[in-house]
Amino acid sequence: MDIANYLNGAAAQLENVHKTYQMGIQQVKALSGVSIAFEKGSFWAILGPSGSGKSTMLNLLGCLDRPSEGRYILNGHDVSTLDDDQLSEMRLNHLGFIFQSFNLIPQSTVEENIQLPLYYQGWDPEESTERARELASKVGLEDRLNHRPMELSGGQQQRVAVARALANDPAILLADEPTGNLDSHTGIEIMKLLQELNQQGKTVIMVTHEQDIAAFAQHRMYMKDGLIERIEGMN
Amino acid sequence: MYYNKHIREVKLGVKNLLLHKLRSFLTMLGVVFGVGSVIAMLAVGEGASKEALDRIRKLGSQNIIISSAKSIEEESQTNVRSMMSVYGLLYEDEIRLRVTFPMIKNTVPVKEVRKEGRLGERAMELRVVGTTPRWFDLIQRPLVAGRVLAQLDFETKSNVVVLTEHGVRKLLAGQNTIGQTLRLGGEYFEVVGIVQNAGNIGGDIQTPDQEIDAYIPINVARERYGDILTKNLSGTRSMEKVELHQIIAEVDSTEHVEATASGIESMLKLFHKKEDYKISVPLTLLRQAEATKRTFNIVLGSIAGISLLVGGIGIMNIMLASVTERTREIGIRRAIGAKKKQIITQFLIETVVLSTTGGLIGMGLGLLIPFLITLLAGMPTVVSAFSLALSLGISMAVGIIFGIYPAIRASNLDPIVALRHE
Repeated sequence: MDIANYLNGAAAQLENVHKTYQMGIQQVKALSGVSIAFEKGSFWAILGPSGSGKSTMLNLLGCLDRPSEGRYILNGHDVSTLDDDQLSEMRLNHLGFIFQSFNLIPQSTVEENIQLPLYYQGWDPEESTERARELASKVGLEDRLNHRPMELSGGQQQRVAVARALANDPAILLADEPTGNLDSHTGIEIMKLLQELNQQGKTVIMVTHEQDIAAFAQHRMYMKDGLIERIEGMN
Repeated sequence: MYYNKHIREVKLGVKNLLLHKLRSFLTMLGVVFGVGSVIAMLAVGEGASKEALDRIRKLGSQNIIISSAKSIEEESQTNVRSMMSVYGLLYEDEIRLRVTFPMIKNTVPVKEVRKEGRLGERAMELRVVGTTPRWFDLIQRPLVAGRVLAQLDFETKSNVVVLTEHGVRKLLAGQNTIGQTLRLGGEYFEVVGIVQNAGNIGGDIQTPDQEIDAYIPINVARERYGDILTKNLSGTRSMEKVELHQIIAEVDSTEHVEATASGIESMLKLFHKKEDYKISVPLTLLRQAEATKRTFNIVLGSIAGISLLVGGIGIMNIMLASVTERTREIGIRRAIGAKKKQIITQFLIETVVLSTTGGLIGMGLGLLIPFLITLLAGMPTVVSAFSLALSLGISMAVGIIFGIYPAIRASNLDPIVALRHE
């Protein structure tokens, strides 16, 4: 089944994934056996109440954590058994992150923030600057290159974050409540941007708790108690 | 490419430090003063000891200097009967030294005479030394004009004199004095040369040629003036009979110097009833001076070490605070794909840049302070390249040692937790 899905072009695939956290003496089961394949070029929204396991799922998909049990295959690589350095490499080369609170480096300019993944990929500074400019104009911030994040509006900051997430040309764009800190108008703008990127072929996986935001995605996954409750929008 | 990457890492570090200029500067101060004081203290110590060591070295590390000295008994006794004190080294002593010790290569006798010298209109009491030409081989002094004593002067018992600059000043003579006639006591000498004096030596070291005005062949001195020295001191007339005032023995190698010195001492004890001589060994003095210098350096080094330690702790403290403050930034970098090693490098480079910059400013301070001390207090100071290299090395090491813990702590932050950090 997994081979078939891979051949069909799954960007990421979870196979019977469990995740247990040790909280003091208590064991907390965040995910209890999740299997799902995220096809290349798809746009997913993960919904669910807090404690449903959606953040854990995003952390696992983002290679920030390893499953306690089960397998995770990202872009053809089995990630479940990788060590810390190898996980860093996966994040660096295959993933792009967009956070609720933008998470830009405050002391760096827009241009430098966009260049951050390229810095760790060891790009030539000139090529990297050129790429950052391209991406900035893609998100409509070509005239803000030398501004610091504090000098920008929330929507602009999130655009910088999107540009940064795209810099390494990732297989999957992971978004954690990307509109959570934005007013609804700007939120919709960001969602339109993500939708546009998806139409250009990017796989997007987004965690949200807002129905109208989730409506931008093709597929909506509802989670409850560490399991997938139901999926909407599957053909 | 690889080189380039490191330049970028350093640039990033510098940039982050420049964000908090005052804080970075204050953090650096510990290292600045640490390094500055190390260099300055070493420079003062080095300057003081170099002067002393140079003087001792001039005496020759292969030489043993035996001087005549009034024994303590002689000094306290008022010899009413003879009114003459007889003491000191004998002509025989020099011969004995040469025949007893095979490791003595050379001996130079020194006989002092005080005579009134008259050159033209000018007359002064001069301290004249009778010696052999070998003196000028052993105690090398640059020649100002003319020549030094020669073996021929000695063999022909010529009345020739070599003036020192000291004597030249006393007699108000010039270089054209060469060839003129100097009257010493009742004798006439031809001035054949002028040599430089050694500088004044501090402490209890006797320089062989301190305040000597003129040299003449020793056999001439002995024949013309005899061994009895008459002094007129505040109305009382005292007489001393001293054959030789000094014998300088040159030993074949520095390893034999100390053994020979103790051999000379036991030998002289056999032939002298009273202890009317003093043996000084420049090599021993040199070793003592060097040992003192080492102790001094260790004490200075410890003080400097403590100040650098304090500086290092200051850096570590600030870096730990900085790691806490930048937890989120670390989280972002880790999430984007930075490895632990890269986070360690980033923070370590910041501390090393901080401590090395501190070290460089400290070097400036360490060069300035000795310069000011020399300028204002006139003390000699020597800033050695070694102390500069050492302090720079230490300041970099301080950065690494005290930066490694905060850096590791930064790298060990869980990216998920770090991203949520407010």
